[in-house]
Amino acid sequence: MDDELVLEVTGLTKRFPGVVANEDVSLTVHKGEIVALLGENGAGKSTLVKMIYGLYRPDEGEIRIKGETVRLSGPREAIRRGVGMVHQHFQLVPVFTVAENVILGNEPRKLSFIEKRKAIKEVTALAEKNGMAVDPKALVRDLPVGAQQRVEILKALYRRADILIMDEPTAVLTPQETDELLKTMKGFAANGVAVIFITHKLREVLAIADKIEVLRSGKVVGTTTPAEADQAKLAQMMVGRSVLLSVEKSTSSPKEIVLDVVGLSSDSDIGLPAVREVNLTVRSGEIVGIAGVEGNGQRELVEALTGIRKSTATKFAINDENAIGADPHEIHSMHVGHVPEDREKDGLVGQYSIANNMVLNRFDEPEFSRRGIRNMDAVNGLATKLVKEFDVRTPSIKTPANSLSGGNKQKVVIARELSANPSLLIASQPTRGVDVGSIEFIHSQIISARDNGAAVLLVSAELDEVLGLSDRILVMYDGEIVAELESADADRAEIGRLMAGGHAVMAEESSHG
Amino acid sequence: MRARWAWTITVIILVGIMFSYTQDELRTTSVLSFSLRYAIPLIIAAMVGLVCERSGVINIGIEGQLLMSAFAGFFGAAATGSLIIGTLFGIGTGLIMGAVFATGAVAWKMDQIISGTIINIIATGLTSFFYAQGQVLPASTPVVAIPYLKDLPLVGPVLFNNGLFTYAAIIIVIFLQIMLFLTIWGLRTRAVGENPSAADTSGINVQRTRFINVTLAGGLAGVAGAYLSLEAAGTFERGFTAGRGFTALAIMIFGAWNPVGAFAAALFFGLTQGVASQLQADEVVDIPPQFINMLPYVLTIVLLAVVAGRVRPPAAVGKPYEKD
Ligand SMILES: Nc1ncnc2c1ncn2[C@@H]1O[C@H](COP(=O)(O)OP(=O)(O)OP(=O)(O)O)[C@@H](O)[C@H]1O
Ligand SMILES: [Mg+2]
Repeated sequence: MDDELVLEVTGLTKRFPGVVANEDVSLTVHKGEIVALLGENGAGKSTLVKMIYGLYRPDEGEIRIKGETVRLSGPREAIRRGVGMVHQHFQLVPVFTVAENVILGNEPRKLSFIEKRKAIKEVTALAEKNGMAVDPKALVRDLPVGAQQRVEILKALYRRADILIMDEPTAVLTPQETDELLKTMKGFAANGVAVIFITHKLREVLAIADKIEVLRSGKVVGTTTPAEADQAKLAQMMVGRSVLLSVEKSTSSPKEIVLDVVGLSSDSDIGLPAVREVNLTVRSGEIVGIAGVEGNGQRELVEALTGIRKSTATKFAINDENAIGADPHEIHSMHVGHVPEDREKDGLVGQYSIANNMVLNRFDEPEFSRRGIRNMDAVNGLATKLVKEFDVRTPSIKTPANSLSGGNKQKVVIARELSANPSLLIASQPTRGVDVGSIEFIHSQIISARDNGAAVLLVSAELDEVLGLSDRILVMYDGEIVAELESADADRAEIGRLMAGGHAVMAEESSHG
Repeated sequence: MRARWAWTITVIILVGIMFSYTQDELRTTSVLSFSLRYAIPLIIAAMVGLVCERSGVINIGIEGQLLMSAFAGFFGAAATGSLIIGTLFGIGTGLIMGAVFATGAVAWKMDQIISGTIINIIATGLTSFFYAQGQVLPASTPVVAIPYLKDLPLVGPVLFNNGLFTYAAIIIVIFLQIMLFLTIWGLRTRAVGENPSAADTSGINVQRTRFINVTLAGGLAGVAGAYLSLEAAGTFERGFTAGRGFTALAIMIFGAWNPVGAFAAALFFGLTQGVASQLQADEVVDIPPQFINMLPYVLTIVLLAVVAGRVRPPAAVGKPYEKD
């Protein structure tokens, strides 16, 4: 690491209606240094880096880039000064090719024409140099998330960023992809790039950070290093109390079968078989976890079970009621709760208030409406209660869901689905992008739903989560359930091997893409 | 799949035209000329919609923009005695209408449909109020025959013996096709229409791109409007754009938001109208003219129903850009 200061932020404050997202934040980043930003959902991490990238203008304070005080008029200027950012929500154009996405805004040109061939050559060279395999001619919408992430990084590198901001880049990656990315980030730092890294996974922070800044409610509450801290201490700094990092639960006492599936098959978006003849039962009072590398049919399975995707089955029953061919509404009315994998797209209506999102699939129930007239008192009452119970950080229940931080959006979805007391809960990646304190809380909520008799089907790419929560574990590979294990005798390494199709674990997901 | 259909239909039509030409040269030529004249304003107007929608803005105010510029073109030419000044009046008015629409729909982030409706209402009001009878054009627009090419059989008289606007329309289509898919402007414009927030974070000014494109598209509407009153009709009547601005949007969709596709779609519309009129003139069929005039609109609805769902509009179309 060099001692050269490349970024210096002093006294930054940013207010949004009803919230102070950043208050008097100061931060320094040196050349070749990896600085990790930690903090609860809504602590203000994204807001801070968006100001450094010129997306938001600070209300107070100063940003100095390479010794020069700047007033960024927008991302263009930040890019010009060497700042690059990989966003929490991918900023790619799905119908463009990889190369087009990478060059967008900085196109190689001859007069006004794009030099397409040069672009492809440059992108290929850049990808090779940084050890990131992508096909520059592929359309971004056809790529798996891991590859899309690489495109995002290439985009920043293409602009010669030497201050690289990464906002939760690992949230959507498989464990293998994560390890690859961490290695890549180390490589960048070794080449003199300053990296600002946001994540909720303490293990990652401890593995690669040079310096750790912890934010709480918009303020920096501490600075430390991996040498001085461990996971428990970091969690304590973030949340302000000690946090249980592993799940504590009693043994389950499964009762009658709630979800009964025999021979369920379903196709992927492009019409290839994605779920093949899956047999599955989930009983009341148990949590069944599905482990698997993403892209092995879990998403399609969940969508088939919730009626979003067409499927065929010999038997598909919920509480002995036939659910073959049922639409999402019919399945919902069989007391099924669903926490979708993509909360932005399938879980929330962004422009609607939190209150309306809390009753999104129940607004027409007698409790919330009478003869077609909505009972807003009941809706607001429930929303107020849930916001408090689930600790959703928001200025009010009238706030549109879009303006919540990523993790708080997730809490709204979880709150809505659990508050309906479902007899079957299908939860897909329930703690993706959620801070450690809230993970603890969401896990305890899922367990208490189980203890109250709910049948829970959990799908997660986070192996630790599956291992910690499940009473029974199914391993999914290439659309099939390839193994079933009692959680008591489940072994991490063994599951890892099964997830990779029984072979050695490979970080090669493009063969499924 | 779609492309194959489009090619099949094109080939069938071309063969049909050849056959008909061998049967009756004169009639075929006149039907085709009629069809092209019918299609020209639709083509240009479809380009207006296309440039706007590729940038993420739905422009249903094309109708009003056409009407205003047809009006300005005609009365400008009548008052000054110059077709050139009239044309410039038309284009200038189109640009102004484009800028007014952009101010509402882009700068003020008003609902785009409402902004477009306002444009239409303003245009109807102003052109009716200031309409004056008894004005005439100083001259009719010159027909420019292109040497050598005009002597080709069939295509010569149809394509290469036209008014300047017709050539302009063809050049505009080719120009836009190249601009949209080969230039930096095109890449950025499409990015703004597909995912404005990705464009923004790539350093592209979304609002400015949209404002400029929508305004310039207004200038194109000006060309189409001037064509209608100066070349096609040689006069101006109240409300005489007769829904062409809306038909143009259908043509844009039918052409899958591609300039050349929209060009083909507009020619197809023109051809149906041309054939129907000819059949009627020849008294082959005895249908009241009102029904014949309805044909393009009925066809619009039918075709839209068929292609809808198969073509995909720019993803961010219709939404004002808000950061987060
Ligand atoms: N555009 C916006 N408008 C209004 N409020 C906002 C906006 N963006 C963020 N906020 C608020 O500012 C606070 C900080 O949000 P921010 O997104 O920075 O949190 P974060 O630390 O990145 O959280 P997460 O880990 O969940 O991503 C939150 O209370 C959030 O609701
Ligand atoms: Mg964030």
